[in-house]
Amino acid sequence: MSAHRRRSRVAGRIARHALLVVSAAFALLPFVWMVSLSLKPPDEIFQPDFHLWPKTFHGVENYRVALTAAPMLRFLLNGVFVCAVIFALQLVICVPCAYALAKLRFRGRDTLFSAVLVGLLVPPQALAIPHFVLLYVFGLLDTYAALILPWIISAFGIFLLRQFFRSIPDEIIHAARLDGLGEFEIIWRIMMPMSAPALAAFGIFSVVAHWNDLFWPLIAVRSEDISTPALGILLFRDDEAGQFLGPLMAGATIIVAPLLLAFLFAQRRFIDGLATTAMK
Amino acid sequence: MSVMALVHRRARPVARRRQHQAAEATVGWLAVSPALILLICLLFGPAAAVILFSFTDWQLGATTFHFVGIENFAALWADPPFWKALVNTCIYVAIVVPGTVGLGLATALLIEASPGLRGFYRAVHFLPVMSTMSAMAVVWGTMLHPSIGLVNRTLATFGLTGINWLRDEHTALLAVALIGIWQGFGFAMVLFVSGLKAVPQQLYDAAAVDGADGLFDRLRIVTLPMLGPVTMFVIVLTASRAFEVFDSVRVLTQGGPNYASEVLLNRLYSESFDYLRTGYGAALTVVYLAIVIALTLAQARFIERRVHYS
Repeated sequence: MSAHRRRSRVAGRIARHALLVVSAAFALLPFVWMVSLSLKPPDEIFQPDFHLWPKTFHGVENYRVALTAAPMLRFLLNGVFVCAVIFALQLVICVPCAYALAKLRFRGRDTLFSAVLVGLLVPPQALAIPHFVLLYVFGLLDTYAALILPWIISAFGIFLLRQFFRSIPDEIIHAARLDGLGEFEIIWRIMMPMSAPALAAFGIFSVVAHWNDLFWPLIAVRSEDISTPALGILLFRDDEAGQFLGPLMAGATIIVAPLLLAFLFAQRRFIDGLATTAMK
Repeated sequence: MSVMALVHRRARPVARRRQHQAAEATVGWLAVSPALILLICLLFGPAAAVILFSFTDWQLGATTFHFVGIENFAALWADPPFWKALVNTCIYVAIVVPGTVGLGLATALLIEASPGLRGFYRAVHFLPVMSTMSAMAVVWGTMLHPSIGLVNRTLATFGLTGINWLRDEHTALLAVALIGIWQGFGFAMVLFVSGLKAVPQQLYDAAAVDGADGLFDRLRIVTLPMLGPVTMFVIVLTASRAFEVFDSVRVLTQGGPNYASEVLLNRLYSESFDYLRTGYGAALTVVYLAIVIALTLAQARFIERRVHYS
């Protein structure tokens, strides 16, 4: 290789890093800004000159205010609880349906599958009014049930799992039947373990969507006690303590951190899961 | 064992096979019934209800209502804020889609160009995708703050006077669109990376034989044409997501000032749940539903085409 060639290759590599550092800075800037402000005392936030690291460290105080003035940890636990129950119920309801659509023959199967495909077209926000009315009629507004019930049926979940179940060979199911396993045993003991990648992808899709959702909790819930993280941070902002930027940014950090940490620990899982569910 | 199963089945008398089919149908219906009931109660029933509501004057909490024909839709047609919201949503999509797709494609090409720090860059660019939008919108609100915000502080160091981005009619929508690009481009990047990985190495080799071995030649002759289907897919996906913009608008501008950043979902939310004008909100929902369904069908067509290519 000529010296010229080698030099241009090195230059290319440097240019690549230079450009990616700029776009990475764009992606990271709000996080850096958020954490920086969450460590500063009020007067430093309003000073004309800006320093990334606080001159007087006020982080402990800010995070203490965020955690005591609003039930931040409660928001997180609510988020975990709501997301976990939604996903568990989605599985209980979608998996048998997906299995039947993929592997069993019965009259009406194709019609039902077409209905699932039509269901995929309906954006959840379009159902907000009737869901609200339904929960109102049953007296369930402002409860955990209000946050969970509208989501327990997922046309997307049925579709995704049905596609995956179809890729599992029929021979395995025949063999299991010969071994005397009932259909529901086949579902839970054979199909579920074999479809771990699809279940993980759907799980990540479901949890990320409901952890971050603001639209529905804003409609369904008023009390702080059952707020999910996305709603909780807004309740905190409208609160007296949230008027101070230090504690507000500390609160935002607490709200955003769990999912980001989960992502950093299992990057491949998250990226693959979200990419495959996007491509359906 | 599978061979045994086949032999077994062939040897089975017709009566027993029928019995087995009946049993399979029973199990099938048993397995789908919870999902079917919930699909009707929570999806198709409510979808029908929204359409029904849109032809009434019902208000949440009221005990009576009347059918008013297409009055709600006529009111919508004559309502300037609705048109503002529709136009703004389209402008938002028109800014966010090229921004997100362009930045996503550029970062994907750069990240895949050589292996150095590949995983690190991918993770960093993906962080905004994973972050809770309502919290990050609050953070963006402080960054765009007229006096203490990072943006105006930075402008000030260059001797420029910044503006109140979120309170200015000319910039509010633009600022929200910037946040949309920030959150979405990492996802576009990931989709482009998977598209890049699918480009066969032979094509680059063949191009090299033909003399196209420079970076830009390779890009022009091999990479970009091969990414065509993925690009279409990312565009449609980004567009349909951008169309659903809500969180950032709700948190930062509530559609203001003077409807300058009003978008469809925020309009839908305000009419239905702030003002409790259910019939009118339902009419708005029906319009929204129609547009989203059209976009989704377009998306499905592009996915089909993608499959044909690969």
